[in-house]
Amino acid sequence: MTSRDDSAQASPVESALDQAVRVHGGALVGYLPFGFPSLDASVEAAVALAKNGVDVLELGLPYSDPVMDGAVIQRATTVALANGFSIADAFSAMKEITAEISIPALIMTYWNPVLAYGVERFADDLVASGGAGLITPDLIPDEGSNWIDVATARDLDHVFLAAPSSTDSRLDQSIQASRGFVYAVSTMGITGTRSDVDSAAHSLVARLRDRGAAHIGVGLGISTADQVREVLSYADGAIVGSALVSALETGGISAVTDKALELASGKPIHA
Amino acid sequence: MLLREQTGPYFGEFGGRFVPESLIAALDELASAYALAKNDPTFTAELAHLHATYTGRPSIITEVPRFGAHAGGARVFLKREDLNHTGSHKINNVLGQALLARRLGKNRLIAETGAGQHGVATATAAALFGMECVVYMGEVDTQRQALNVARMRLLGAEVVPVTHGSRTLKDAINEALRDWVTNVDHTHYLLGTVAGPHPFPEMVRDFHKIIGEEARAQMLETVGRLPDAVAACVGGGSNAIGIFHAFLDDTSVDLIGFEAAGRGVDTPEHAATLTRGRPGVLHGARSYMLQDADGQTMESHSISAGLDYPGVGPEHSWLKDLGRAQYRPITDEAAMDALRLLSRTEGIIPAIETAHALAGVLELGRERGPESIILVNLSGRGDKDMETAGKYFGLIDAPGNE
Repeated sequence: MTSRDDSAQASPVESALDQAVRVHGGALVGYLPFGFPSLDASVEAAVALAKNGVDVLELGLPYSDPVMDGAVIQRATTVALANGFSIADAFSAMKEITAEISIPALIMTYWNPVLAYGVERFADDLVASGGAGLITPDLIPDEGSNWIDVATARDLDHVFLAAPSSTDSRLDQSIQASRGFVYAVSTMGITGTRSDVDSAAHSLVARLRDRGAAHIGVGLGISTADQVREVLSYADGAIVGSALVSALETGGISAVTDKALELASGKPIHA
Repeated sequence: MLLREQTGPYFGEFGGRFVPESLIAALDELASAYALAKNDPTFTAELAHLHATYTGRPSIITEVPRFGAHAGGARVFLKREDLNHTGSHKINNVLGQALLARRLGKNRLIAETGAGQHGVATATAAALFGMECVVYMGEVDTQRQALNVARMRLLGAEVVPVTHGSRTLKDAINEALRDWVTNVDHTHYLLGTVAGPHPFPEMVRDFHKIIGEEARAQMLETVGRLPDAVAACVGGGSNAIGIFHAFLDDTSVDLIGFEAAGRGVDTPEHAATLTRGRPGVLHGARSYMLQDADGQTMESHSISAGLDYPGVGPEHSWLKDLGRAQYRPITDEAAMDALRLLSRTEGIIPAIETAHALAGVLELGRERGPESIILVNLSGRGDKDMETAGKYFGLIDAPGNE
């Protein structure tokens, strides 16, 4: 559904990406988890990102078994869970955040919390809190038809992943299943900062473009303004997580604000 | 259709593949390679040769009348997987998957382990085939199973203690999955139980179903009929599926899995997934699991590291919901009593995991009486558990007390 020939009206995330590409040459997508270092501070940090160069927010729902996440994000979400984070907290935080910001905010969540909460109930509460949709790292389109139906009925985005190892037919499936953007994982691995963003990212994005993907975000391993610039030379969005979480962990709100501004300076066009 | 013929990816509403897209290509590759191999006479002959000359198959059955006297006088037969090379049933699956890894040109094996039995078996296969081996083990388990850590290292494997989460088996699986996502081009994840994403539940079951096939024939030969009940312990469920499978369509045979009740299923400290859990997604498959209202995985507890897991293989969830198999909880205490009882009545020291099935057999025999015949999978031997058992029963003299 994020394919180029789709004549349906763009979703808020798609519009935000289009706008950022037009004005800045690409979008910065910033990730932080709910509940770290505390629920209130996570709201404050998310709002700070939105006001300092981030174009789309990706807010992580802490989960006990995060197989796609490296040490930095695991450490943060473990703190959130130890502090008693609950799914209801995610929606109350989302409501506070979306009241303060003018950019769209997605939730990144592993699938079991959604199943346990109830897929429709989760979607209803997401709509009520002003959230734009979900990124689901361990839900492949093959298992996602119910979620796609539920999301479509509520006009929510549903972002699926594409990997360097994906076959062409699986890329097609991911493009067809996604609304908002296709999340291209830059490398075979998990979240965390890396000195080089894999060349595999460039060729994956080229393959997705050839197959008609209109909106593509690249994530995993991006942590510097130079890497943002490099990724935005071929993708619509550069997704940064661990580097922001790390800044928040070590230097609080002011450090994560500085990091967002630094990353945003990597956008190709400065008005 | 016969229950025996059920294949993945779904067992009823259970199973599937809930993993990052990055792993799908490897799972597809594995599924295709396995589909070819299982019908390839060269592959099946290679595996059969290894079982005959290395594992020590077929494993024998042993009737245990002195133990049976405590089980209501029932005739009890042990399927002696403890006599396999490396001391448990785990080697059946490991050799099968290691052969497949070699076919796929993958020279690095990674594995998770709880009690260490699967880790030892994987390290053994890696040594046999000249492959690199990394075993992820929860830090808590490296402490309570220190002997198996030493065995793996002696065999040339690297053992990585996992220090986050509950620091047990579930966290070792998370870490192995993270390694696999990163190194999938040259690495095979040798998953040790009938859980995980398709094709693992079906493939691991197939490598273990030899247990039940042999035992079924051995029972017919020895007593001239099928047993009334087949029992096994259930953590992830590999030894249980292995012995149940050949009997799935024998409606006269009751199949009973015994899971770890820890300090009791009415306490928070148990690992009784099928007794107290509800369906959810964990480690790549939909199955029963222990979770809170928000779907966060709950920490399990069992004195047995190999059963200390908050999930279970999807085929067991299916068999439970079908009513074809029953699952009952056994406490730490009942398991340890059964461990000592088998040791003292028959001179066979079982693994603590296996002792849960033996405690179950004591219940079953008392319910069914002396006319009944019960077959139990003696899935592993207790050598690795001597420290735990020594402390539990006060068998180790304190220094200076001699």
